[in-house]
Amino acid sequence: MEISSDKEYIYTSSELDRQEGALIEEVKAGAGESVPDPDGWLEEDVKRNIVLTSIDMVLNWARRSSLWPVICFPACCAFEFIAAEGPRFDMSRFGMEILRASPRQADLMITAGTLTWKMAPVVRRIYNQMPEPKWVIAMGACGVSGGIFRSSYAVVPGYNKIIPVDVYVPGCPPRPEALIYAVQLLQKKIAREHPMPDPCELIPKGVKR
Amino acid sequence: MTQVYAVKDLAARLEERFPGSLEESDGDSLVVRAGSLLAVMAYLKDTVGLEFDYLNYITAVDYYSYFEVVYQLTSLTHNHTVVVKTRCQGRNNPSVPSVTGLWGGADFQEREIYDLMGIGFKGHPNLKRIFLWEGFPGHPLRKDFVP
Amino acid sequence: MTTTEMMTLKTEPFVLNFGPVHPSTHGVYRMRATLDGEVILDIEPVVGYLHRGIEKLAEERTFSGFIPLTDRLDYISPMSNNLAYCLAVEKLAGIKIPERGEYLRVIMAELQRLANHCVAVGSFLNDCGAYYTPFMYTFREREKIVDLFDMVCGQRLTYNYMRIGGVSQDIPEEFLPALKKLVKQLARFIEEYERLLKQNEILLARTKGVGILSRETAINCGISGPVARASGVAWDLRKADSYSVYDRFQFDIPVGEAGDSYDRYRVRIEEMRQSLRIIEQAMKDVPGGPVRAELPHLIRPPRGEAYGHLEAPKGELGFYIVSDGSIAPYRCHIRPTSLINLSALREMVKGWKVADLIAIFGSIDITMGEVDR
Repeated sequence: MEISSDKEYIYTSSELDRQEGALIEEVKAGAGESVPDPDGWLEEDVKRNIVLTSIDMVLNWARRSSLWPVICFPACCAFEFIAAEGPRFDMSRFGMEILRASPRQADLMITAGTLTWKMAPVVRRIYNQMPEPKWVIAMGACGVSGGIFRSSYAVVPGYNKIIPVDVYVPGCPPRPEALIYAVQLLQKKIAREHPMPDPCELIPKGVKR
Repeated sequence: MTQVYAVKDLAARLEERFPGSLEESDGDSLVVRAGSLLAVMAYLKDTVGLEFDYLNYITAVDYYSYFEVVYQLTSLTHNHTVVVKTRCQGRNNPSVPSVTGLWGGADFQEREIYDLMGIGFKGHPNLKRIFLWEGFPGHPLRKDFVP
Repeated sequence: MTTTEMMTLKTEPFVLNFGPVHPSTHGVYRMRATLDGEVILDIEPVVGYLHRGIEKLAEERTFSGFIPLTDRLDYISPMSNNLAYCLAVEKLAGIKIPERGEYLRVIMAELQRLANHCVAVGSFLNDCGAYYTPFMYTFREREKIVDLFDMVCGQRLTYNYMRIGGVSQDIPEEFLPALKKLVKQLARFIEEYERLLKQNEILLARTKGVGILSRETAINCGISGPVARASGVAWDLRKADSYSVYDRFQFDIPVGEAGDSYDRYRVRIEEMRQSLRIIEQAMKDVPGGPVRAELPHLIRPPRGEAYGHLEAPKGELGFYIVSDGSIAPYRCHIRPTSLINLSALREMVKGWKVADLIAIFGSIDITMGEVDR
């Protein structure tokens, strides 16, 4: 096909824009209350009072030592995140050196920037595309609660309106040391999870034990 | 140093060339009527000695009873600058002619003004919202916007 | 029909969506590219994923209270944003700044230019395919510059250092000796960097002649900064419309000829050298005295409007402020350097391939915080 340099501007249809706009309005209308933080791991421990099995410990160690973040860099905090990955505050010593472009290969989302309503369906889609187990660190004041832009007409007041968040890191932007501390807190949380299912729950109901 | 081109001088020349095109010319900017905006802008861009070939920015201000669209033009060869304004009265569907034919950089900026202030630009090749989504209620930068 | 004619493939264009979450687009930038195979026919940029409504928030804050918000515009060079806003308000209110404040402003602005170009060059080479190695080199140098900023104002990224009437606080005694040491190290670093990359075959093949922006298009679209200078437009606000005390220093403006990606890269490297030259001259003559003019806490500029602009690392950054005599701006418009530079992208990428699109986009150096505000 020949390319002519004075070809007319090919505009995509405004129908596509309208559909995307309708999706954003839908997300905005449905984001009234915050998504609750995943704290099931706290209650489990108290309820069952079961010590972690050695398989659990091995799985937890493997998962927390190789957290791969997905690239999702809206705004300024991205630069502190990149600095944390950089030569001085090396995060690859925690296993986090690879930034996966595809969410299907990642298990950690560090939300480094302000979330706007226009971006919200995209973030939700990326979160849904990540396979289990997955964790979210809300980085920066904008991630925690909307930050300095909370009163703006276009800003979502915190990522926990859209996706469940595990660790909140305050700061504007948080220093790379703070981000590394957050990753270590997340690793402590992962160490207490129960990835293996309880054998009692595997037996189907109605069958005599 | 970039000199601000003498507004009175320019106003006199424009009155001579396009009579009735100026609304106001005291102060440090030219206020042009919307109808003759394109003619005046083309004159400023092409005349030898003026040659305002660089558009710094386009913006709009909401003064309750009217909207004012502000353009700043600079000449890179002569190193002088001028501010040109135009007004549109009323708050329902205000519109001014678009200068995208003269300066390509006006494209995105006019879309931004349409999106945030609601001022239409006649002759713009692709006037649709740029920052906010289709279906956003209202125009945020207006003074009477209620979020 | 010959065999060749029978076997020619019939193609038709299709639209491919890039981003907003994409590893190579610097921030949340989305493009709908119309492609014929790998060749680009047209692109339509879709922006607004980081639109935070900063211009509307300006009307709710006081004049001084808006300075932290300006930090978040172009978050790679916040000192320049602060300074542009302060210049606009000082022009409106007719405030004069003490000498020491002016010299400190120049030193900070030029250090910021160095830090910004480190990031720009590093990520441009990342986009060209040299993955993370040059990026790590330039980030190592940027950390040294950011350490100096940390020493001065306590922050690594959003400095909030400039104030209306000067700067917020004086520099500690360790600053100038550390700066002297840094200038020597940076000069050596640029030499080392150039040695590795200037005649590199892959870089030349990927960037020479690629993404050409003609001089007329650059002026017509309002492009400014290194992108315009690489296309032959010898316009730099530090010389053309001198602000602060730049007229006391001697420096050159690097101007390219071809307007391709390689020229944009070379212009940035040369600008880093010229910034070092300015810092060396400024360091020698920093006078004593106050760093900030005596002003009331809540400033009320007189009714009117003003446009204050400066040569930010990415181009001309300006603030158009309208005041009605109260403590908050009536309207504050930010001239978005990156949005205007983006309007040239269409012309630059037509006819090139998808991989070139990424490299050309990287060479313009866009920050979405400034595009969307």
